[in-house]
Amino acid sequence: MLHSQMGYLQILIVIVAVTVMGIGILVVNRLLGPRRTNAVKSAAFECGSDPIGSARQRFSVKFYLIAIFFIVFDIESVFMYPWAALFRELVVEPGVGWVTVGEMFVFVGILGAGLAYVWRRGALDWD
Amino acid sequence: MVITGNLYLDLVLMTLLKFAGFVLVFVMGVATVLTWLERKYSAVIQDRIGPNRANIGRFRLGGLFHMLADPIKMLTKEDFTPDTPNPWMFRLAPLLAFVPALVVFAVIPFGPGDNFQISNSELGILFIFAIASLNVYGSVMGAWASNNKWSLMGGLRISAQMISYEVAIGLALCGIFMIYGSVDLQEIVRNQGELLWGFVPAWGIFLQPVAFVLYLTCAIAENKRAPFDVAEAESELAAGYWTEYSSMAFALFALAEFIEIVLIGCVGATLFLGGWQIPGVTGTSPGIVVAQIAAFLAKTIFLIWLQMTIRWTLPRFRYDQVMRLGWRILLPASLVNLVVTGVVLALIDRSR
Repeated sequence: MLHSQMGYLQILIVIVAVTVMGIGILVVNRLLGPRRTNAVKSAAFECGSDPIGSARQRFSVKFYLIAIFFIVFDIESVFMYPWAALFRELVVEPGVGWVTVGEMFVFVGILGAGLAYVWRRGALDWD
Repeated sequence: MVITGNLYLDLVLMTLLKFAGFVLVFVMGVATVLTWLERKYSAVIQDRIGPNRANIGRFRLGGLFHMLADPIKMLTKEDFTPDTPNPWMFRLAPLLAFVPALVVFAVIPFGPGDNFQISNSELGILFIFAIASLNVYGSVMGAWASNNKWSLMGGLRISAQMISYEVAIGLALCGIFMIYGSVDLQEIVRNQGELLWGFVPAWGIFLQPVAFVLYLTCAIAENKRAPFDVAEAESELAAGYWTEYSSMAFALFALAEFIEIVLIGCVGATLFLGGWQIPGVTGTSPGIVVAQIAAFLAKTIFLIWLQMTIRWTLPRFRYDQVMRLGWRILLPASLVNLVVTGVVLALIDRSR
């Protein structure tokens, strides 16, 4: 097995160990704890009064907008990582150097323009 | 290292050994101490006495036994599931919050070399980004499955806050990748060993001070602690997303939060405070290696203290202020930081 692939195997071992630990804690809790339930106790907590309506409420569309922005900006920032990690190697290469910097200007410019657009359209206003 | 001679068995044993040493002893140890220390420290700040009741016989040790008494109490309380259409989702959620928080430590370099890092995967920080943000699923799932309006609001707030700050933190750390030329944490730490002009260590905090502030702010916001704890704001939402949780299920959420405090400390120390590097000290003798591991742990503990101090000295932001800070201040600031870093780095490297 390659040296670099071993890293994933080790991560897998850790994931299994942690999951077993977590499940173990919950199982021990289930075995040790009492189990007494009634209708009032298992009702949703609304500061003591009877729950009104369902908790499957509709909510503000702003949360949805923020999620869309996240997808756009986060995917764009993912494209930056390989560029960032190779930046110093590329920048000293003759003929490529300032192109590397220029590319970044264009890319950050597009990101910034997108941000300025949603900002101007008021999509970042929370009220 | 050879234990049994079988390659795969050795790998599993070594991994479990390192896991026990670093994650169970150090991370879980610190997280457990934090459950007591956090309450005691807040008491000192607010001029109270704090937890001091737990005792063994006549010994109280300033309430130190609370960190022993709490898990015992949590374990023997009822594992309560409310009246909900998604009981299994409700039970699964604490695990989903707890597991990613601990798994991330697999790539943290606790000391020089492969022996002090559980997985030598070159993914490094990308793995941390990918896994650490998964634990928001635990909170959101728990909030939804609770069938409670307070929880639902808390869950909504976490998800929106988390994704807002995730963008800024990702761009803020780009400057670090540019300067050290890698996303591999061990490589980043190794490249922080030099001295600039003979006396300043080439640590991230000196080369990327803006990124450090952005990182710490975003990391605290993602860990949903004050001043960004709007998701569990007790004056607005009862207890937010964990209103319906009790016993160990609740404790797993709380523990995940404390583990993330340690994680923020570890990643911050790795990227910005030189990891296990001690300025001016090089060598591979056992004494130096032990000192370097101690240095890493000390830097982590310093950052944990910093987070606790921030937690107990700042008031909570309003929710619209949290979102405004993320999108209108931190995100543009990280973009500007990226451009300035790029231009300065290009000028320095090309003039060489």
